[in-house]
Amino acid sequence: MSEDGQQPIIVLEDVCKYFGDFQALKNINFQVQKGERIVVCGPSGSGKSTMIRCINRLEEHDSGKIIVNGHELTNDVKDIDAVRREVGMVFQSFNLFPHLKVIDNLMLAPKLVRKTSKAEARESAMRLLERVYIPDQADKYPSQLSGGQQQRVAIARALCMNPEVMLFDEPTSALDPEMISEVLDVMVELAEEGMTMVCVTHEMGFARSVANNIAFMDRGEIVETNPPNEFFNNPRNERTKLFLSQILSH
Amino acid sequence: MSFDVSLIIDSLPKMLRGLGLTLQLLFISSFIGLALAVVILLMRISGRWFLSAPAAVYIYVFRGTPILVQIFVIYYGLPQFELIRESIFWPILREPFGCCVVALSLNSGAYVSEILRGGVLGVEKGVLEAASAVGLSKRQRFIYITTPIAVRLAIPAYSNDTISMLKATALASTVTLLEVTGVARTIVAETFAPYEIFIAAAIIYVTLASMFQKGFGLFEKRMSRYVKDA
Repeated sequence: MSEDGQQPIIVLEDVCKYFGDFQALKNINFQVQKGERIVVCGPSGSGKSTMIRCINRLEEHDSGKIIVNGHELTNDVKDIDAVRREVGMVFQSFNLFPHLKVIDNLMLAPKLVRKTSKAEARESAMRLLERVYIPDQADKYPSQLSGGQQQRVAIARALCMNPEVMLFDEPTSALDPEMISEVLDVMVELAEEGMTMVCVTHEMGFARSVANNIAFMDRGEIVETNPPNEFFNNPRNERTKLFLSQILSH
Repeated sequence: MSFDVSLIIDSLPKMLRGLGLTLQLLFISSFIGLALAVVILLMRISGRWFLSAPAAVYIYVFRGTPILVQIFVIYYGLPQFELIRESIFWPILREPFGCCVVALSLNSGAYVSEILRGGVLGVEKGVLEAASAVGLSKRQRFIYITTPIAVRLAIPAYSNDTISMLKATALASTVTLLEVTGVARTIVAETFAPYEIFIAAAIIYVTLASMFQKGFGLFEKRMSRYVKDA
């Protein structure tokens, strides 16, 4: 429970996940309040992506509980659909639908899943393209766009479904350096508008300025969770200290 | 030996009379074959063994045997069974045309389903995950994402298969059908000039094949308009 007595929007309770014999997630306990912005960081292979992919069931957890906005994730397709409607996701490799124009990338899910009329879907798609500053690219195919533009389309596509929460899985890791800031700017604006966000990223500047809390993961565990100030200036755990010294030394 | 060009020119119009039958065999068998291929593909990727196993056996058998043998089995073999002669399929299997269409369709179904499967497997996993993440159901993902992408990926191989099928229709001449090759054999029997006559037949096949190739090329270009540098 948060201070104002609201239910957290995402709850993970003792979540475990195995890939064969390898345990990717070890008893993860994790909560996100509405409006909160969490950055998840940690070395590669530490389970960050696996954890957020479990939240919208792109991975199936093996034990424990995941509850998103009151829906517990089970094998029931209805629950999975309900959760996916609440949760938007942005991937490292954009994953736009290559055969559809930008505007149709945005309109597909509202039309099919929400049964929005074509005119209405187009209108809200255009509004979102303006919000990510590329309304003029609406009629192009994804392959004609730069990486930064593609990722902004991907963010707009996720927003089209009016999600309660946005998950970001290393959204800037596949981008050329000069394109990182155009994507981060959009994410900062989203945060300022009050979007609940869980973001796996190595962009420590973004973490410092945007996150309410930073969760550090290593070997399938959440080692420590702290507000940015505390996290960067006073890391408690040895593994956190080592990680920070590695990524902040340059 | 002598080579008589005028014989080629004279025989071409006669052979074109077989063209209709060649194209009928090709189009009807390709159409049925494609429909069959889609069903077989869906069975194979259904994830249910009682659907995927029979589909795999079917593909194994028809890819593993020559079309000529399949035509002979159907044409000479099946009528020996009373069950077949009394079944509703008899009007089709009684005729050499029906037998050839059945054999070619079954053969094409096996090959094309594998071609389509290649296309389906070529669809990036991440793109399908993105479709799940925005809430598309399994069926919607298949119809709106997998199918259009897989079709594009499958065109080159499918074009190849259609041209193979065109050439395989020549086997129908072995069971009395007078398609292009059948007509050619008849003319050879009259003129004793196999060299010129079969060259004339080859010209017809090569022309048809290049037309199909061109057509598929245009189709592929249209389907690839979203691909950079395509």
